[in-house]
Amino acid sequence: MTEQTTPRTNRTVLVLLDTPATELRSSALELLTIARGLGRVEAVTLEAPSVPTLAQLSAYGVEIVLQAELPAAVRGGDDAHLSPVVAEALAAALRLRDADAVILSATFANKEAAARLAHLTGAGLVIDATSVTESAEPGPELADAPPAGSLVAGKRVFAGSWDTSCVVRTETAVFTVRPNSIVPEPAPVAVATEVEGFAVEVSELATVARSVSREVHERAVGGRPSLAEAAVVVAGGRGTDGDFGPVEDLADALGAAVGASRDAVYEGWFDEFVGQTGVTVAPRLYIGAGISGAPHHRGGMQASQVIVAVNSDPECPLFEISDFAVVGDLADVLPQAAQVIREHKG
Amino acid sequence: MRIVVAVKYVPDIHAERGFADGRVVRSAEEGTLNELDENALEAALRIIESLPEDERAVSEIVAVTIAGPEADTAVRKAYQLGVDRGVRVSDDALAGSDYFGTARALAAAVRRLAEEAPVDLVITGMAALDGLGSVVPALLAAELGLGQLTLAARLEVADGEARITRELDGVTEELVAPLPAVVSVTDHANSPRFPNFKLIMAARSKTVEEWTLADLGLDPATVGAAGARTHVLAATPRPPRPDVELVVDKGEGGRALAEYLIRNELV
Repeated sequence: MTEQTTPRTNRTVLVLLDTPATELRSSALELLTIARGLGRVEAVTLEAPSVPTLAQLSAYGVEIVLQAELPAAVRGGDDAHLSPVVAEALAAALRLRDADAVILSATFANKEAAARLAHLTGAGLVIDATSVTESAEPGPELADAPPAGSLVAGKRVFAGSWDTSCVVRTETAVFTVRPNSIVPEPAPVAVATEVEGFAVEVSELATVARSVSREVHERAVGGRPSLAEAAVVVAGGRGTDGDFGPVEDLADALGAAVGASRDAVYEGWFDEFVGQTGVTVAPRLYIGAGISGAPHHRGGMQASQVIVAVNSDPECPLFEISDFAVVGDLADVLPQAAQVIREHKG
Repeated sequence: MRIVVAVKYVPDIHAERGFADGRVVRSAEEGTLNELDENALEAALRIIESLPEDERAVSEIVAVTIAGPEADTAVRKAYQLGVDRGVRVSDDALAGSDYFGTARALAAAVRRLAEEAPVDLVITGMAALDGLGSVVPALLAAELGLGQLTLAARLEVADGEARITRELDGVTEELVAPLPAVVSVTDHANSPRFPNFKLIMAARSKTVEEWTLADLGLDPATVGAAGARTHVLAATPRPPRPDVELVVDKGEGGRALAEYLIRNELV
């Protein structure tokens, strides 16, 4: 759908790297791919990029990595992660490179950094985009069509029930892009990648709210993919009766992330829930087991490409938005499915 | 203690929602107070209720909304929960506001309230259930030049400081800012109360103050569709999903599921 074409204008697009110190996740590679369709791509980082990260950037055609040098009072501390500080670093990079657009992944923290960046620079902002493209020639049928070359973001709204496109009317643009929006593609030719430092001044306002403690929950090495970014998600609800074994078994057979309904999290059966105010997911495949499908939950997963439901209640509302559903006990259905999938994979 | 709570009138999550001329269409009958704003109101009420009697007597909670007259439904709900005062900023020029226009209008309303008497806290919900952008609280803090404490799962106010705990994107953080500050709370922060009969009756006689852009000294060109930095070009409903393929498990349900996934190249 979003074929890579040569950009019309001589644009510079900055991409913020979330995990430069380890290696880039698929979500970051998606951003680099989208940015390449719009112009020359430069990466921005607040930490030194690792060797594997630099190799990835090279494969994705990024020649310049801009590493923010924060003032001593902020550098190295937890305040470096505050979204107003990240925004000021991005604004400095934007000015330094006279860039036209900034793309970030759609985490909660990044959405705020994107908003503060747009506030600082007067840029237009689209949150949770699923595509960013250039508008083609203005069509005669559109009265207020944007001039050719404007940036247009696709966005799915109202629990995935509507597709919208938003044009940015300002000179610069800021986008946060949801994971699983496109399939990442390396550049046709790898390039040499260099790191350039740039100085960032941090305003007093940016650290008025300061961080007093910050704990990162490490993901187990070789563990499951993160819920927000996984291509396949298996989620369990009240119907598990607190036993997530079958849910985890099927997830592992599929290489999927595990999620839960809000009820299941409130019961203390699992730690992360899929829903409008929890983790919003839009994977290729979503399997909901023992989840009735309350509006709150549907709002967080309805944009998934294929939806499968397993529930003992034949009237389960999640069935209404499913592509495939099994009426049955998840404790029987999931292990059997996992077994057949393992046999198929060999 | 004086707390401003920003509230939004949104289409009912259960109702049909759509677009016309690049704007969200909301039907007046189906609208309601954004459910997540109830957590913001609850947080404000609990802070005031925890104060000593003499301080409580001079405290005030003001609910502010940016919307047309239909939004009085949302402000009235705030009255039923126990706020002291409701303000609606209404102006034709506000229609079609983006995040920035909304934040600018809210900030102007907070500044006007602060001219009357100091405002100690601005509290919002974590998102509006229609847009789900979650960025207005951060923009509001930037507009007001105040500390931003967003997405709080826990909020404590003491000794001239607000302290929050939040759990985001796999990180647990504790943040502190001096008052006044802008705070947004998640639906984990508290369980909103139900309105009691006495307050429901009292809410009936309460009026919603109406302010215009002129009252706030805002240039209409900086808000609404005129000031919007983005514009919706097209909005199309997605085609409904084809009918569900339903299997009743009689011992082979798991196999059927696996075969469906294999057939559709999802394994």
